[in-house]
Amino acid sequence: MNAVAEFFRNLYEATGLNFTVFYDPYDRDRYLRGVWTTIYLSVVSIGLSIVIGGVGAWLQGSPVALLRRLVNGFVVVFRNTPPLVQIFFFYFGLGTLLPASFDASGLRQPLLNNVQWAIISLSLFAGAFNVEIFRSGIEAVPRTTVEAAEALGYTRLGAYLFIVLPLALRVCLPSLNNNLVNLLKTTTLAYAIAVPETLYAMKQIWSESQNVPEMMSVLLATYIALVGLLVWIMHRWERALAIPGYGR
Amino acid sequence: MSAAAPTWTAERPIVELHDVHKSFGTVEVLRGVSFSMMKGEVICVIGPSGSGKSTLIRCINALVPINRGSIRVEGQEVNDPALDKLALRRKVGMVFQQYNLFPHKTALQNIMMAPLHVLKQDRREVEERARLLIRKVRLDGKEDSYPGELSGGQQQRVAIARSLAMRPQVMLFDEVTAALDPETVKEVLNTIRELAEEGMTCILVTHEMGFAREIAGHIYFTDRGVIVEHGPPAEFFASPKDERTRQFLSQIL
Amino acid sequence: MRGALPVLLPFRAPERGPPTLTRAHLVMLAVALAALAPAALAQASGAPLSPLAVVWKWTPLLLAGFGFNLLISFAAMAIGTAAGFGLGLAQLGSSRVLRGLAWALTQFFRNSPWLVLLFFAMFLIPFQVRIGGVTIPLPDWLKAIIGFALPVMANVSEIVRGAVRSVPTPQWESADSLAFTPRQTMWMIILPQCIKRMIPPWMNVYSLITMATVQASVVGVTEMLTLTGQVHAAEGGRPELFAPLYGFALLCFFVYCYPIDLMTARLERRFQVR
Repeated sequence: MNAVAEFFRNLYEATGLNFTVFYDPYDRDRYLRGVWTTIYLSVVSIGLSIVIGGVGAWLQGSPVALLRRLVNGFVVVFRNTPPLVQIFFFYFGLGTLLPASFDASGLRQPLLNNVQWAIISLSLFAGAFNVEIFRSGIEAVPRTTVEAAEALGYTRLGAYLFIVLPLALRVCLPSLNNNLVNLLKTTTLAYAIAVPETLYAMKQIWSESQNVPEMMSVLLATYIALVGLLVWIMHRWERALAIPGYGR
Repeated sequence: MSAAAPTWTAERPIVELHDVHKSFGTVEVLRGVSFSMMKGEVICVIGPSGSGKSTLIRCINALVPINRGSIRVEGQEVNDPALDKLALRRKVGMVFQQYNLFPHKTALQNIMMAPLHVLKQDRREVEERARLLIRKVRLDGKEDSYPGELSGGQQQRVAIARSLAMRPQVMLFDEVTAALDPETVKEVLNTIRELAEEGMTCILVTHEMGFAREIAGHIYFTDRGVIVEHGPPAEFFASPKDERTRQFLSQIL
Repeated sequence: MRGALPVLLPFRAPERGPPTLTRAHLVMLAVALAALAPAALAQASGAPLSPLAVVWKWTPLLLAGFGFNLLISFAAMAIGTAAGFGLGLAQLGSSRVLRGLAWALTQFFRNSPWLVLLFFAMFLIPFQVRIGGVTIPLPDWLKAIIGFALPVMANVSEIVRGAVRSVPTPQWESADSLAFTPRQTMWMIILPQCIKRMIPPWMNVYSLITMATVQASVVGVTEMLTLTGQVHAAEGGRPELFAPLYGFALLCFFVYCYPIDLMTARLERRFQVR
C-alpha cells in the first residue's frame, strides 16, 4: 500500500500527474466510499428490480384485467420517460409530500433519504424493463410444459415459481444481463440528488485538487471495471444455469 | 376423502362419463360421450385424428372444462366449479405425447418435484419412492441425467414414473408413443403393460392397434365427437359392426 | 402438433407484443386526476396559484426548454450516427489493427455511464480551439452534444456490426465470385440488405438519447429540467409544486417517446429482427 502511495506521490512530483486518490488518505477514503456506494446502489436495485420484474410478469398473466392494465401502464410509463426526471419526481415530488419528522434543532428529517429514493426510482425504472424481459421469456416456455405441471396438481403460482420462471430465466438471461449493466450505469444519476456515489466523490476530489484529467481516467476505469465485474458474474450465472441437452 | 365427496366403493365405476359435451368456440369436439369403467380395467380409445380422443381424456382430469354432462371419478363430480382440482389430480395421473418433462431438472428431480411441492411430503420418503420408480421403468443409472440427455423413449418412461409418484388411482395416456422412434416404442409399451398387469386402471388413447388389442379389456372407437362403437377387443377387431369403424380399421391395419 | 386446438385453460393471456396503453388507461388517468383535482384546486382560493395553474402559466417556457432537448437529441444523433457508422465499418474492416482499435473504442464508450461521458466531454474538451488563425469557441451546449454523441456512436457501431454480421456468408461469396471488390460488396450488396434491420435498434437508441438529454442540466446546460427547477424557485419554492412540475416534464417526454417506442416495436415485428 505504501509503495503504491509512494509511486503516485513521486509521479506527481515528477510529471504533475496528480492521482490524489492513490496517495492522499482523505481522497482515497472518499473514492472508496463512493465506489462502495455505487456497488451498494447497484446490488440493492438489481435485486429489487428482478423482484419487480418477476412479480410484474406474473401479474401480466393474471385473469384480473385491471391488474394486467396497471402493470402494463407501469411498464409503458417507466420505459418511456427519462430516469433522471423519475428520480427528481420521486425525490422532490413525492419525498416532500411524505410526512417527515423534525430533529432537535428543528431540521426536517424526511421519511426516506436520498439514497433510499435513488434505490426506489432506479429499481422501478429497471424493473419496468425486467417485466418486459421476463414476459418474453415466459412466452418462450411451451404451453405443454405448463399443462404437465397442471396435470401434476400445481397451482398457477406453483407452476410459475417452480417451472415457468426457472425456464424463462434461462431464455431471457442475455437481455437481463444487458439491462442490469444498464442499471449499473444509471446509478450515476443518483449524483443529481447528492448521493455520494463514485461520480459525486470524484467531482468533489477534482474540484478541490484541480486534477480533472487524472480523476476522469480513474472514474472511467472504475466504471469499466465494475461493468466488467457484473458481466463476469452474469456469465458465471448463465453457465451455472445451463441445462445439459437443452437450449439453442 | 373429504367429507363432501360421496362415499365410493369398488363395486361402483371408478370413472363414469355421462353425455359429455365440449366445444371450442363453434367447433363441437365432444357431442355426448358416455362410458364407465371399473377399478383395474384397461380401456383404449381409438379413432381418426380430430375425433376428440385427446380432449376426452383431458376432460377427465379437468385440464379442459366441459360444457355439459357429467364426469365422475371415484364418485366425485369433475364438472363442479367447487371441485378440488388438487385432490382430483392426485387421483388421476396423466402422460402426454410430448413427454413434457421439466427440462431444468434431472430425471430423479422430475419425479420428486410434484410430491414435494404439491403434496408437501417428506423428502427422504419421496426420494426413496422416486428411486424405486426409476428402477421400475428400467432407467437405473439415469437418475441424474437431464431430459435433454435422454432418448424419447427414456423421457417418456420418466414421465410415466413422474406421474406414478403421485400414487394415482387412474392413469391417462395420451398417444404416448406417437412422437417416439419405432425402436423405443416397445420399451414404453412394456412399461405400460406391466402397470396394467399390476392392476392399474388405465385409459389409453393410442394408434398402436396391436397393443390395444393385446392390453385393453374394452375398446372405444370415437369419430366426430361421439363413441361410434365399443366392445372387447376380440369382437371389436374381428367383426366391427359400424361402417365407419370398418373403414377406419381397414385404413390402419 | 403444437396446439391445433386450444386444449388448455389460458394459463396466461394469449401472446401479445409489448404492453400498450388502452382506453382503460385513459380512464384510470382521468379517475386519478379527478381525485387529485379538488386538492389541487382547493388551494386556488388562497393567495398562491394552484399547482396546475402554475404549470399552465409556465407551459410556453417549459415547452421551449423541451424543444431545446429535442435539438440536442437531433444533433447528438446525427453526429453519433455518422461517427458510429464509420466506427462500425472499421470494426468490420480488413485491417487487424483498425478492427481492434474500433472494437476497443466501441466497448469503452458503450460500457461507460452516459453521465460520466457527459462530464468527460464538458471538462476535457477545451472551451475554444484554434484552427490556423481562427479561434472557434466551443460553448457548453456544443460540448454537451458531443458528450451525448459518444454513446450514440458506440451503440450505432454495434448495430452496424451486428446487422452486417447477420447477412449470411453465401451473399459475400456470391459477390466475390462476381468479382466485386470488398468495398463494392459492402456498399452495394451487404449494406442495402441490412439497413432495414438497423432501423428499429437505431430508433431505440434515439429514444434513449432523447431521454438522456435532461442530464445536460446536471452539467449546467440549460434545458427543460433546468428550467423546471428555475420555475419552481420563481414560484416561491413551494414543495407541493415539485410533483406537478416534474410530472409535466415526464408527460412531455412520454408523449414524444411512447409513439417512437410503438413504432419501433411494430417495425421490429415487421422485419422479424431477433
